[in-house]
Amino acid sequence: MEPNVMDIITKTLITVGVMKYLRNYLETSVRLPQWDIILKYAWVGVLILIGLATAFSINIINDKFYYLLLFIVAYIIYQSRDYRSARLLMVAVSPMLAFVILNDSLKFLTPQFYQSYNSFFSFAESFTIFWLLGFGIYAQKQNKREKLQKIKDDEERRLLEAQKNELEFLVSERTAEITKQKEELESTLAKLKATQDQLIQSEKLASLGELTAGIAHEIQNPLNFVNNFAELSVELVKELNDEITKNTIDKDLIENLMHDLTQNQEKINHHGKRASSIVKGMLEHSRKSTGVKEPTDINALADEYLRLSYHGLRAKDKDFNATMETHFETPLSKVEVIPQDMGRVLLNLINNAFYAVSQKAKTLRSLSAEQQIENNRELYEPTVTVSTRYLAPPLGLKGAGCVEIRVKDNGIGMPDSVKAKVFQPFFTTKPTGQGTGLGLSISYDIVTKGHGGTLEVNTKEGEYTEFIIKLP
Amino acid sequence: MKILVVDDEQDITTLFQQRFRREIREGVFEFSFKYSGEEALAFLQEHEHEAILILSDINMPGMSGLELLRRIRLNAPLPPPIIMMITAYGDKDNYDQAMRLGANDFLNKPLDFNSLKEKLITLQ
Repeated sequence: MEPNVMDIITKTLITVGVMKYLRNYLETSVRLPQWDIILKYAWVGVLILIGLATAFSINIINDKFYYLLLFIVAYIIYQSRDYRSARLLMVAVSPMLAFVILNDSLKFLTPQFYQSYNSFFSFAESFTIFWLLGFGIYAQKQNKREKLQKIKDDEERRLLEAQKNELEFLVSERTAEITKQKEELESTLAKLKATQDQLIQSEKLASLGELTAGIAHEIQNPLNFVNNFAELSVELVKELNDEITKNTIDKDLIENLMHDLTQNQEKINHHGKRASSIVKGMLEHSRKSTGVKEPTDINALADEYLRLSYHGLRAKDKDFNATMETHFETPLSKVEVIPQDMGRVLLNLINNAFYAVSQKAKTLRSLSAEQQIENNRELYEPTVTVSTRYLAPPLGLKGAGCVEIRVKDNGIGMPDSVKAKVFQPFFTTKPTGQGTGLGLSISYDIVTKGHGGTLEVNTKEGEYTEFIIKLP
Repeated sequence: MKILVVDDEQDITTLFQQRFRREIREGVFEFSFKYSGEEALAFLQEHEHEAILILSDINMPGMSGLELLRRIRLNAPLPPPIIMMITAYGDKDNYDQAMRLGANDFLNKPLDFNSLKEKLITLQ
């Protein structure tokens, strides 16, 4: 019994060792959990199996135990074939497995042959055992190395992951910041647009303010005539009355008086209309743009604003004086424009023109008396010219042509540096408080965006400035 | 008395002719009308010594009334005409300037024709 007990203990211990090795090597607890528990307690089964086999003397189990173990191990390794390290173990086990099968089948099938090559088979057996042990140890070491490498890789991956997360956090933080800035900018833009609208409106009021004195003067003149001719008419009627009560009626005188009376009524009517057309023009200007284009007599529009502008400046500056020249092409076909808007443009350009000539006149006036005589003060005639004409489309091109309006002054002109910025919003050469710097930029928008036309400027410093509007 | 009226408003002619209807008919006043400073200067050169009284508007396109006044006084024709300035802008600046340039009187628009008539008659 003694050797049997030893045998049982040996087999059990070997089972424990092999299973521990396998579980450790193949990481069955992770990879094959259903197998792990079997492997863990395999030794119990072995103990019972061997114990029973010994007790009942079933020698085959005892004899072939190692074969059985080998096949079980091979099977487990085969099950783990997806695991890369398992293949190495397979290499370790295969020769032994092959040898055992070959050995036993030969032993069983051709005993003579086996017998004659017995020494070879013993040698092969020891070789496969060494191979198994050697490779097993090698595989174990290799596996350990790989596991370390894996741990290291995992560590690196974790580190990378952490860095990635940190970066993502930074990116999202930055994105949030940018989004916030974008929203702020958008709201600022909206505010700016609202402010721009206000500025455009106030610029309009400012230009109307400049006109007020001119308008008052323009209305006062016709009203004076209306009053005078009305008073005169009353006197004429009195004279008529006196005449017809006389015994001898002077028919010629009566005819004369009647003629004057008729003439006066016509004058009253004429000057009344003149005043009302000025008021109408003023209302037109102050009214919010209808934004509706209508056929407009450009000549009449230009003439109206030329006079309003002239008297406006005249009222503000007593010394101001200028010749107004108009070269209107007649008849000029009506142009589809928004009259209020185009009026603003003309008013801006004409106001600027008068400003330019008055500045030049002032400069010349500030020279000493002698210089004035020597210089050409006598010769300088401040002149603002407004001209219109129809431009036919270039030969060979179809289309309706366009109407050109030129506003030219012989004032101070502009250097190139000013000319370049003249249509920029808020750019002004006037002293602070005198110009909004919006007149020309608004005019530019009205002509180009509002009417699909062009607004250009020609100038020579100290000599002239000319704005050219072309309207399709 | 010969009177030159300078104003860019053409209807001033009709107005004066009717306001001074009797005086004109009786030959008390003889009016000439010019519609700009330039025209007035040219007229004065042609008719030297004739007009002895000039009524001029200040605000006119082209040569202003003050400029006209300055030039007449600069040329100093003999006998020196009486010059009255008329303006809708009767402020001190205008007044001072007119006086400095040698105006004899300064009238505001709208003209009071009755007082003007009295003034002209006294001058005669």
